[in-house]
Amino acid sequence: MSRELIPGRLSLPDLVRVGQAGLRARPLRVLLSALGIAIGIAAMVAVVGISSSSREDLNRQLQSLGTNLLTAGPGKNLFGEDVHLPAESVAMVGRIEPVTSVSATALVQDASVYRTDKIPAGQTGGIQVLAAQVDLLPTISGQLAEGVFLNEAIAQYPAVVLGAQAADHLGAAPHQQVYLGKQWFTVVGVLQPAPLAPELDNAALVGWPAAEKLLGFDGYPTTIYARAVEDDVTAVQKVLATTANPEAPNEVDVSRPSDALAAQQAADATLNALLLGLGAVALLVGGVGVANTMVISVLERRGEIGLRRSLGATRAQIRSQFLAEALLLSTLGGVGGALIGSLVTIGYAFSRGWPAVVPPWALAGGLLATLVLGSIAGLYPAIRAARLSPTEALSTP
Amino acid sequence: MTALIELERATKRYAGDVVALDDVSISIGRGELAGIVGPSGSGKSTLLNLIGTLDRPTSGTVRIDGHDVGELSDREVSALRSQLIGFVFQQFHLTAGVVALDNVADGLLYAGVPRAERLRRAAAALQQVGLSHRMEHRPHELSGGERQRVAIARALIGHPPLLLADEPTGNLDSAAGAGVMDLLRGLNSDGTTILIITHDQQIATSLPRRLPISDGRMQPIAPPGIGATKEICHES
Repeated sequence: MSRELIPGRLSLPDLVRVGQAGLRARPLRVLLSALGIAIGIAAMVAVVGISSSSREDLNRQLQSLGTNLLTAGPGKNLFGEDVHLPAESVAMVGRIEPVTSVSATALVQDASVYRTDKIPAGQTGGIQVLAAQVDLLPTISGQLAEGVFLNEAIAQYPAVVLGAQAADHLGAAPHQQVYLGKQWFTVVGVLQPAPLAPELDNAALVGWPAAEKLLGFDGYPTTIYARAVEDDVTAVQKVLATTANPEAPNEVDVSRPSDALAAQQAADATLNALLLGLGAVALLVGGVGVANTMVISVLERRGEIGLRRSLGATRAQIRSQFLAEALLLSTLGGVGGALIGSLVTIGYAFSRGWPAVVPPWALAGGLLATLVLGSIAGLYPAIRAARLSPTEALSTP
Repeated sequence: MTALIELERATKRYAGDVVALDDVSISIGRGELAGIVGPSGSGKSTLLNLIGTLDRPTSGTVRIDGHDVGELSDREVSALRSQLIGFVFQQFHLTAGVVALDNVADGLLYAGVPRAERLRRAAAALQQVGLSHRMEHRPHELSGGERQRVAIARALIGHPPLLLADEPTGNLDSAAGAGVMDLLRGLNSDGTTILIITHDQQIATSLPRRLPISDGRMQPIAPPGIGATKEICHES
């Protein structure tokens, strides 16, 4: 006679519809608490996105510049005194089998460069005067911004090529004159920033013969630049010191500039971890906001809960309803945050001229985080709603 | 066939030793139209909650359609509510901002009926209560009487054998109240068992069966036409 008492299933679309209806009834509150989540996710996505974009930019830069450049310079001897490389070291490095090109610069001691002869001697602007070999540019993948580079002919005369920063500092352009080592030198060219040889950016490059003739240059190279066949870079790196200064290989500093760029990137990663942590804190605060909204929502909607119970909703169905609401709410924030984070990344990358990269794993991770957060934040209010006795719920208007 | 509602020595005691319902035994058969009548605080809401399976007795048994409510799990009792009982409340309990049709369709939300079918039956239920022209109206666009009709449509959409109405005319003017009562009588003549809770003597006297209650106890039944006060009951 009596029927089987099996509650009807609440289908997923119905559950989502019920959850949505609950949110739609309080749009402003929903928007504000979703914003809390969105800020956290946006911060995390933007941090990951911006650092990925900058890494991508570096990778492209390295790809175009090559990672096969090595430098060698004089270090200090066992007694901590400055030493110099042998004058013939450049030629010797060039004789290493896998080395495809080699060039060098040398610091010209006691020479400084000024805009005019009226500038006080102390205001050097930190610009180094370097003697440069004429084949320097191709070896370091350097580019001219304007003018020409030193060639065999120009290198004999008082002519100078300025690094990007130095040119900016001196306010000099080709055909103008600068006061260098107490003589007037004519600017013949200006370099673009050289990522693999940043020491050239704030330097004034004069010809090797001119430096010897006009500036009392001793002829010892201070930085040897060597390009090697990609596969043999490590091998060349090992023998570079011995080759450059066979008498005292321990007095040679060898480095690989592309490594330095990568290391700088790694240093940025520490900062990124910190920012990511801040984003996580923001996200957590957002989660607390969602929990708060849901708790208040349960308190306010006791009448509705009572009605649903009277219509035959089981405790589990009430629980699912509020959990669905919390999940929808946090997903709204998560999607919004991922969108804002991506836009910030694109905007920032655009302003820096980087390729914009938002890693899919960051977006997926962000959404996953909001889902986890939404379920944690929604669980307690949902359990409270489900535990409410129907009579108690109905007696409050 | 057993009675639809059967209470046997049902007692409800709240914390602090407050006895809301004391040793109540009643039996209501299928197809009856009965009223639980009593002043406020008499325990009639507690009685309705027990019959509506929204609450369980502290002692004694409540049987609805043969099911001992005290023995059922939350899932079973929820299923019982969705299959057997329709509720009509004094405050209507309509969802604000949702049109009448959807409000009524929600009456089947927990019965496992697909949405399209729910909407179809909601339209039929609204027609039955004479509101087919108000389907797309939201609660605040309806009069009190219309709101209560929407609530009744929601209660009867699943064709429950039992309709519980808690002061259904309490928030309505007399004309709207009379309309709602006519509607309930019509449903009863179609076979639905209806139990109305009221403190309105006029409504009470119009019902075929009255169950007077005061201080948590059932009172002897007063003859029709005479007020169900204690003194008169004892005399009769």
